[in-house]
Amino acid sequence: MRRFSWFNTVSLTLGFAFLYLPMVLLVFYSFNESRLVTVWAGFSTKWYGELLRDQAFLDAAWVTVKVAVFSSTLATILGTMAAYVLVRAGRFHGRTLFSGMIYAPLVMPEVITGLSLLLLFIGLNLDRGVFTIVLAHTTFAMCYVSVVVSSRLTTFDRSLEEAALDLGCSPFEAFRLVTLPIIAPAVISGWLLAFTLSLDDLVIASFTTGPSATTLPIKIFSAVRLGVSPQINALSTIMIAIVTIGVITASIVSKRAAVAQRRDEQAAIRAE
Amino acid sequence: MRRFTLIAIPYLWLLALFLVPFLIVLKISLSDIALARPPYMPQLDPAAGWEGLKSFFSELDFENFAFLTTDDLYWKAYLSSLKIALVSTFLTLLVGYPVAYAMARAPEEWRPTLLMLVILPFWTSFLIRVYSWMGILSNEGVLNQLLMWLGIIDTPLQIMNTTTAVYIGVVYTYLPFMILPIYSALEKLDGSLLEAAEDLGCSRLEAFWLVTWPLSRNGIIAGCFLVFIPTIGEFVIPSLLGGSDTLMIGKVLWEEFFSNRDWPVASAVAVVLLLILIIPIVLFQRNEQKQREAEG
Repeated sequence: MRRFSWFNTVSLTLGFAFLYLPMVLLVFYSFNESRLVTVWAGFSTKWYGELLRDQAFLDAAWVTVKVAVFSSTLATILGTMAAYVLVRAGRFHGRTLFSGMIYAPLVMPEVITGLSLLLLFIGLNLDRGVFTIVLAHTTFAMCYVSVVVSSRLTTFDRSLEEAALDLGCSPFEAFRLVTLPIIAPAVISGWLLAFTLSLDDLVIASFTTGPSATTLPIKIFSAVRLGVSPQINALSTIMIAIVTIGVITASIVSKRAAVAQRRDEQAAIRAE
Repeated sequence: MRRFTLIAIPYLWLLALFLVPFLIVLKISLSDIALARPPYMPQLDPAAGWEGLKSFFSELDFENFAFLTTDDLYWKAYLSSLKIALVSTFLTLLVGYPVAYAMARAPEEWRPTLLMLVILPFWTSFLIRVYSWMGILSNEGVLNQLLMWLGIIDTPLQIMNTTTAVYIGVVYTYLPFMILPIYSALEKLDGSLLEAAEDLGCSRLEAFWLVTWPLSRNGIIAGCFLVFIPTIGEFVIPSLLGGSDTLMIGKVLWEEFFSNRDWPVASAVAVVLLLILIIPIVLFQRNEQKQREAEG
């Protein structure tokens, strides 16, 4: 049985304090009565009320969610296809270019991705707004999805697919009935990743949007440029709460699923 | 046929929305600024046919790149981005390594929780995490209040809007990228190697230096690249925490485009930034490949 040594205890405490204290302070000051964010003047939830009455914020939140849902869903479909092509399609002309285009957006600075897409949209004379942000987010998020999904595809036993094909499945049926259920956890985490990336993105959205659509990050950025604002603290607290609940729920669900799977496997072994 | 469509859909998508836009940037970086819509010259006129194409290409030149070398602002911004990225990568390593080390040596039943605690900030908004430091570092912020209350300082320290604030911001937001690869390298480390080193007369520090450090080297390299590469082109951190004093190329590009509306120069800035990034990206890829070969 290993224990924490004092050195390890100290580094973990300091490390996690560093990671979490800023966010704890943010949450704490969001309940501050005073407009001066760092002077404590008593508990109040008035900034939450003000936030929820601010139509501009609500509109921006709605635009952000719309963009995130559409782009992450599209990115999951395209990214899964791309992963399947990378891992299963074998050799074809231009495969190197294809895998290059999958990996390059992961390391491309956001300012360059944003600039280049904007110049394309202007060249095509597209009206910039929700639609163009969705196109932009789908493009970089699909690369993340395909990395997540392809790492799952490479590790799973291919003979399962072959068995399905031997038993008379069409390739599409084999994919739907065998491959998809096995890679489903990776596809779901790919979707979640794409969704968060889209919710989070400031730079690419700023480049590719027009006057008709403002996302939450754009709104937050223009509000905090001039300094700390209590409304943004309230908004941040809400977002932190949603993420925390989401991540904890996801980890409980996946832990339960793993336990259930182990139980099934053991039952199957005993039955033999 | 079905295989062809399966390949074609993501392929065409990436061609149209990744490669073509990039070629457009390249083309505009060779054009000249103009008072028109869109604000650059020359325009390709498909109706003019072959002659139009010829005159189009003859008007492209490297003027904007020459301009980048004449104005101090640009090369200073590139250099200072590189410097900030290097220093903050080193600082992130300094903070991240002990945490990753302690996680890898923690009792086994603790590790999943610790891992989740490292990953959780990654799911929260990047912008909010950077913003959270504005309330801490400003002149009337939490840190200055605390230091003054403790009597360590009399007047507030100016941290906000300096390069120091940028370092703090980068270390804070990219810390998980440093911790995770180092942790996964250290977790695989066989404890009996350390015992062997100690049995053979090494002190614990020597054992760390001769065994643990070299065996975690791949994780360290991967972590450093994962921090270094995105920091060079970073925009949010310098513009929220760095103020006008901090020169970083991502911010210069943004301002060139949105404030000065000089698209050709913004495009040239982007092209040069990418050329700079190619070196670390290639090195990173090579390191990853070596590691995969070593494992497989």
